[in-house]
Amino acid sequence: MSVIEISCVDVWRELSNYIDGAVDPELRRRMEEHFKGCEHCSAILDGTRNVIRLVGDGRAFDLPAGFSDRLKKRLQEKLES
Amino acid sequence: MGVSPVRLLMGHAGNIMFATALNSRRPGAKARLATLSASSLQNKTARPPEDEIALIERVCAGEKQLFYELICPYERSVYIAAYSVLQNEADAEDAAQEAFLKAFDHLSSFRREAKFSTWLIQIAVNQARMKRRKDRKSLYDSIDQPQEDEAGDYFPRDFADWREIPSEALQRNELRCALQKAIASLEPKYREVFVMRDIQQLNIAETAAALRITEASVKTRLLRARLQMRDALAPGIDGAWNIRDGNWKKVRPW
Repeated sequence: MSVIEISCVDVWRELSNYIDGAVDPELRRRMEEHFKGCEHCSAILDGTRNVIRLVGDGRAFDLPAGFSDRLKKRLQEKLES
Repeated sequence: MGVSPVRLLMGHAGNIMFATALNSRRPGAKARLATLSASSLQNKTARPPEDEIALIERVCAGEKQLFYELICPYERSVYIAAYSVLQNEADAEDAAQEAFLKAFDHLSSFRREAKFSTWLIQIAVNQARMKRRKDRKSLYDSIDQPQEDEAGDYFPRDFADWREIPSEALQRNELRCALQKAIASLEPKYREVFVMRDIQQLNIAETAAALRITEASVKTRLLRARLQMRDALAPGIDGAWNIRDGNWKKVRPW
């Protein structure tokens, strides 16, 4: 099946929606076709997915040490007041 | 956490290796990434929603001491929401505490159609924004949100191939620093959306609700934020990663 070509710039505009599965099937097909032939865009796609994966694994931020204890204390003070 | 499948891609112990291939497509790569996402460390609460509703009802009915049990699974989410606005540990902790106190006072007004976590995050964002406004007289002016509309297209700056994540880097503090630095480098309006969507893993509608912006704005800002994050973290940038010679290169498509 022939697919209408799409430019790199158009791919970048929709990249985030593509990753979120929020582009219509026709556009998805065109983008997939583009990624097959464009090393740059597929590198950007993979890199962007890596970013999402890296930050999504919960390691980017930790609670400060003692956070829970201080929170419990503050809630306790509130309860007693 | 189980053994990371990405370890299969690793070279000698102690070396960080990008299993890279600019010229060869390896169909397995995406499957491996997908597996890793599934084993993510994100600490989601395992509490069934009906238990949560029951807890809320008991607290509202007077068992106030159960409040901490109710909010305990969301300590991190609320803190991170505040941090995304304030970019400072002490201020974020303070705003998070205030958000929980506020939630305690207004628990009976919680609407069941929203997720409890989203409601808490929304309060945290509000508290943090109020705090930021209050502190403007100090040095916070620069982090206040510019009011202009979304800028035009953002073009990726860098085309480094980055198909795999160096697995050992995941264990290191350097990675955390690189991530925090990259997140801090985003403009506040992009940073807040990125944190809600990709760190807190709220969906588009929840992100829009938490930040009180439209879903269209969430999508536009998210795209910009993700592309900027990729640019900031692509291998070789800012020395955040150790790259073996020849394993990546910068190219321009034009």
